[in-house]
Amino acid sequence: MRIGSTPFNAWSLIRGGLSGQRHWQKQWRKAEPRGSYDAVIIGGGGHGLATAYYLASRHGIRNVAVLEKGWIGGGNTGRNTTVIRSNYFYPESAAFYDYSLTQYEQLSRELDYNIMFSQRGMWVLAHDPHQRDKMRHSANAMRLNNVDAEFHEAEGVYAAMPGLNRNPRHPIWGGLLQVRGGTARHDAVAWAYARAADALGVDIVEQCEVTGFDIAAGRVRGLRTTRGDIACGKVGVAVAGHSSEIARLAGLKLPIQSYALQAFVTEPVKPCFDTVVMSPASGMYFSQTDKGELVLGAGLDLYLSYAQRGNLPWMERAARGLVDLFPQFSRLRFLRQWAGICDVTHDSSPIIDESAVAGLHFSCGWGTGGFKAIPAGGTCLAHHLATGKRHPLADFASFERFATGHLVDEAGAAGIAH
Amino acid sequence: MLRIECPFCGPRPETEFHCAGDADRRRPQSDAGDATWADYLYVRANPKGLHRERWVHSAGCGQWFVVERDTVSHAILNATPLAHATGIHEE
Repeated sequence: MRIGSTPFNAWSLIRGGLSGQRHWQKQWRKAEPRGSYDAVIIGGGGHGLATAYYLASRHGIRNVAVLEKGWIGGGNTGRNTTVIRSNYFYPESAAFYDYSLTQYEQLSRELDYNIMFSQRGMWVLAHDPHQRDKMRHSANAMRLNNVDAEFHEAEGVYAAMPGLNRNPRHPIWGGLLQVRGGTARHDAVAWAYARAADALGVDIVEQCEVTGFDIAAGRVRGLRTTRGDIACGKVGVAVAGHSSEIARLAGLKLPIQSYALQAFVTEPVKPCFDTVVMSPASGMYFSQTDKGELVLGAGLDLYLSYAQRGNLPWMERAARGLVDLFPQFSRLRFLRQWAGICDVTHDSSPIIDESAVAGLHFSCGWGTGGFKAIPAGGTCLAHHLATGKRHPLADFASFERFATGHLVDEAGAAGIAH
Repeated sequence: MLRIECPFCGPRPETEFHCAGDADRRRPQSDAGDATWADYLYVRANPKGLHRERWVHSAGCGQWFVVERDTVSHAILNATPLAHATGIHEE
């Protein structure tokens, strides 16, 4: 599919060279909101933009607006640590996240945009015999779910990471490797979906905050924004940490709590680390960007927060973990530090479902792992908005599971840090 | 970093404390039904702004108290021992 007025290929580059590369245009229009749409997506992050793109490309619904309070990809899409993986435990999550990973594998081609997906492998380390045994269990579960997984003893871990400390505070007892895991350029994912959705006619409206809903007889009729009212019977909400605030405008409460998750980058150094490693015991994971910076992720500050900034105790713990495992990084300085607000459910599984207000759908509960789920989340929310039925992959991601007790407890099973 | 004024020990860094969430949830009767129980167990107000929450000075005196805190600025308005907190003992 050709997207946008200027495709990204060698020919357009060469042709542009003849005119001083002055032919490049804005990647998406600055749309003004119109009075009505077939569907409106609140939130111009990865999930919202992907939903709009799939509504247009797979379901033929092109009269769609994406409303973004700030700017495209300025929330968690631009704040995460760019890891993509599907090393989950339960069949429901494995199917969902592995579908997402397979979509990422062909996304650059589909969207004609280099998202720089680098399948450099993702390691999780075991630091005692019990974690090692649990890890073998996880590796078997992943394989039964048709997800690639390799368990390695300590020597295998050291062979993959020659710089790893031979005598760390938390000794290495093994590692779980997903070879297909890796990283992608997070901003590029948002921009690629925005450009592709725009080319199919989707209006991307930035600087437009939703201030209320028009609800009659239990059904959404439209929404009020800082840039005028919009009539619309199908609304998808993909606003991560602010899900509860949007729900409040519709008189709803969600099984969600918002926590700040921190990340850091060091100053750039030459290429020295070619995979992604997570050490739950050290409270830290990291990878090296193409620019050479080490990107570190930490854990959640476990009290409610809407402040998109981090906190010193976690910064100290993450730095301590990194230096313990890789002492050669001890003299690197942090360049930047930030936080994103994560929408956390009690079972660490998402919600992609229609709410008690008919026509008002939520895609939330992504917690600390929304980035890797963008293609699958967008697919499922678009499917539900277009067809009125939950996508089979998102059957588990319901609101009613909290009342029926059918939780998919990845908090315990996949060892997610919250 | 939060500096929390423990009502018993005075100001201490947040690393000495543990937050136990919303202070104003009430356990329903055991026969209240699935919807009520799901609401109690999982659904939260999760406000952007003032929030009343329980904290325990876990690496200190071990006492519980109620903190009123702004979830945007992280400013702590007050910290009250459970025995004196309003609304906690009503059924």
